[in-house]
Amino acid sequence: MGQITLKSVRKSFGDVHVIPGVDLEIRDGEFVVFVGPSGCGKSTLLRLIAGLEDTTAGQILIDGKDATDLPPARRGLAMVFQSYALYPHMTVRKNIAFPLKMAGLSEAEQAKKVEAAAKVLNLTAYLDRRPGQLSGGQRQRVAIGRAIVREPAAFLFDEPLSNLDAALRVTMRQEISELHQALKTTMIYVTHDQVEAMTMADKIVVLNAGRIEQVGSPLDLYHFPDNLFVAGFIGSPKMNLIEGAEAARHNARTIGIRPEHIGVGSGPWEGTVQLSEHLGSDSFVKVQVDGIGVLNVRAGGEIGVHHGDRIRLNPEPDKIHRFDADGKAIR
Amino acid sequence: MSTHSTRLAARLMVAPSVILLFVWMIVPLAMTLYYSFRFYRLLTPDRTRWTSFDNYTWFLNSPDFWLAIFNTLALVGGVLVITVVLGTLIALLIDQPVKGQGVLRILVIAPFFVMPPVAASIWENLFMHPQNGLFAAFARGFGAQPILFLENYPMLSVIGIVSWEWLPFATLILLTALQSLSSEQLEAAEMDGAGAVSRFRHIILPHLTRAITVVILIQTIFLLGIFGEIFTTTQGGPGSASTTLPYMIFKQAIAAKDIGRAAAGGIIAVILANIVAYFLMRGIGKNLDA
Amino acid sequence: MARASSPRRMILTTLAAWGVALLIFFPVLWMILTSFKTEASAVANPPELLSASWTLENYAEVWARSDYPRFFWNSVVISIGSTLLGLAVAIPAAWAMAFVPGKRTKDLLMWMLSTKMMPAVAVMIPIYLLFQRLGLFDTKTGLILALMLMNLPIITWMLYTYFKEIPGEILEAARMDGAGLRSEILYVLTPMALPGIASTLLLNVILAWNEAFWTITLTTTKAAPLSAFIASFSAPQGLFYAKLSAASTMAIAPILILGWFSQKQLVRGLTFGAVK
Repeated sequence: MGQITLKSVRKSFGDVHVIPGVDLEIRDGEFVVFVGPSGCGKSTLLRLIAGLEDTTAGQILIDGKDATDLPPARRGLAMVFQSYALYPHMTVRKNIAFPLKMAGLSEAEQAKKVEAAAKVLNLTAYLDRRPGQLSGGQRQRVAIGRAIVREPAAFLFDEPLSNLDAALRVTMRQEISELHQALKTTMIYVTHDQVEAMTMADKIVVLNAGRIEQVGSPLDLYHFPDNLFVAGFIGSPKMNLIEGAEAARHNARTIGIRPEHIGVGSGPWEGTVQLSEHLGSDSFVKVQVDGIGVLNVRAGGEIGVHHGDRIRLNPEPDKIHRFDADGKAIR
Repeated sequence: MSTHSTRLAARLMVAPSVILLFVWMIVPLAMTLYYSFRFYRLLTPDRTRWTSFDNYTWFLNSPDFWLAIFNTLALVGGVLVITVVLGTLIALLIDQPVKGQGVLRILVIAPFFVMPPVAASIWENLFMHPQNGLFAAFARGFGAQPILFLENYPMLSVIGIVSWEWLPFATLILLTALQSLSSEQLEAAEMDGAGAVSRFRHIILPHLTRAITVVILIQTIFLLGIFGEIFTTTQGGPGSASTTLPYMIFKQAIAAKDIGRAAAGGIIAVILANIVAYFLMRGIGKNLDA
Repeated sequence: MARASSPRRMILTTLAAWGVALLIFFPVLWMILTSFKTEASAVANPPELLSASWTLENYAEVWARSDYPRFFWNSVVISIGSTLLGLAVAIPAAWAMAFVPGKRTKDLLMWMLSTKMMPAVAVMIPIYLLFQRLGLFDTKTGLILALMLMNLPIITWMLYTYFKEIPGEILEAARMDGAGLRSEILYVLTPMALPGIASTLLLNVILAWNEAFWTITLTTTKAAPLSAFIASFSAPQGLFYAKLSAASTMAIAPILILGWFSQKQLVRGLTFGAVK
């Protein structure tokens, strides 16, 4: 089981209210991603759940039981740290066995579980090496191995891929997703990378300045952002946000249109191409649109526009997001 | 980065060392303070009584007192200047690409392994002795009169001996700091047209600030209490020429067997140490945070 | 900072560096040489080096005239004992200061160091009396205690600087893995900080070995270490240079050898962990 409930959880460091108050329900088996810009409080929230920090107010329930004042060791959670936090003086085998040793398991049981975990994670050949002799991806796997042997109620990941290079990040991302499908254990994953959030999550929690901006499935957030912050944060390249007369025409303070929802060729908007990047499959075109401003457009790979060209743009009308003066979505 | 329970644990874990140190400091200090107001001589232990500030008055009016203060500060200051300056020069030298750096380093740190009584007696007997010392032999070799180091220049001799003991420490710390200076920085400065002197002045010296701070801090702690070297070599003499505050207290306690006056001197020494510590922390403590 | 330079310059700097190093080392070397000379040769004028008459007689005589093994053993027990005890007290304290720092942590450290500034002579009499009263006078236990307290600030400070280099996340990982405080310190922190702890240990063994105030003040015979042994030699028999040198060499040889064999850790230790 791994159901986690946060009830008006607050965290302050002195006068600084890092988390002004968060309510959240995480169901058993869910893959939840906390995403937000750096300093938004997502790591703090994770550490509160882990028990590495204590809450200033509010309650944390794990499987219905109050865990607010439990030490981390007794919450039955496992954590994978950004720096992996492997014990450098222990072999991979001892690293993975450490939580079992702490739990007082017999040597034989420890060995059995370590072997099993190592097999799942392709670490069998490296069991007698030390972390210093492993590559970044292997270290990451050891950290995960150390987490899974405990059979925790939930896994906590604190930006686990940010120290890896781009290619490895994609591989590890898939491995973690596969692991989740295999184990079906609750996972809480903190990242500032919205691509990771979109690809891995069952449920994304978008945080900003310690507040939850929106909770929902990746596609929910993509299609129906509740507010400007989420609209701007989710999606890559970023949504174009337009204010002024054009927005007023749609009865909104601000309108948003994603680059992939703007057609090129004919349409109501006309502008001059400032920059076009041809990636092969896609082209990103930056257009100075008359009376509106700079828009980013994502077009097909075959489009042949260049700096200085005049082109017409056509926003898909049903893909236009409208926001009021408070930045809230108008639906 | 912590919870209530880790903070509580932290307090419990610091407690033993703080309590032990506090007791080790406060109990003898309180006793010293008590004795400092007592008339208490070991030769007449039965006639002990309160004497208010008499012990302090005696100490402060003693003709040796200001000399002792001066000598104490001269010892600390002299050794600091010598070790920091020589240490920097030697560190700069050893830091160059030289053959056998490992062995060199061993030779340079050797004096640190020599306990103070041994260091003092080597210098006193094998080097500074007016008849049999090596220095005297040199002087005679040049047809000069041997210098009477401990008789004519007692304080300078003591400063010299103590500087020799502490030079390895200063050199090593400064050397370690130098080695962490990136050569790119120096090369950039060279490209910018900085000569050797301005490279030292503007790049090397600022880089050494923290190391020099550590040298001054640690050495002052040890130097304020220097006693054995004086005891072995000059015994504070001739006359009182090389009597420092610790040695003056020692003379009261052991030679004169006057516990009261020695205690008053002890309190004065503690006050002096605190004044020095205060200025030290204010002056250079901030360099430690970097 | 070492930089490439011309061979010519390298020869010059090598010569200069060796000259300076030998000059610093020379007093120790001269003492060792003198200890192997006959008394007459030791005070010969002009000083003899190649023409000196060499002998082991001085060592034999020093050995015969005093109970060197006992002094030596006392030194070993006192310096190692006080250092180990100091580590036991300081490791938890340094853990707390390094990983759960508060607003007052820096002040606390500075206060600890400042207790060392109190001149030993100033509190000599009370401590002497207390040790008499508590039955600690002239006991190894007493000296272990005194030297431990003397070096505790240094030990704590050194460990603190070493511990601070260890990422806090690793200790948190241990906590998540179910380790209690004891396991965290014993299985994770201590092994990780082992090089730093070794340096601290070495340096403090040397400081304790060389301590010559309390060891002489607080002992007479039973617990007297080598500092007292040498003090008994240097006083009146001033003119027996060769024997004095032999005794001196015997007093510092163990630490000299220890220091040279553990140079790497020691160099790290000698910087008090304060400079990288």
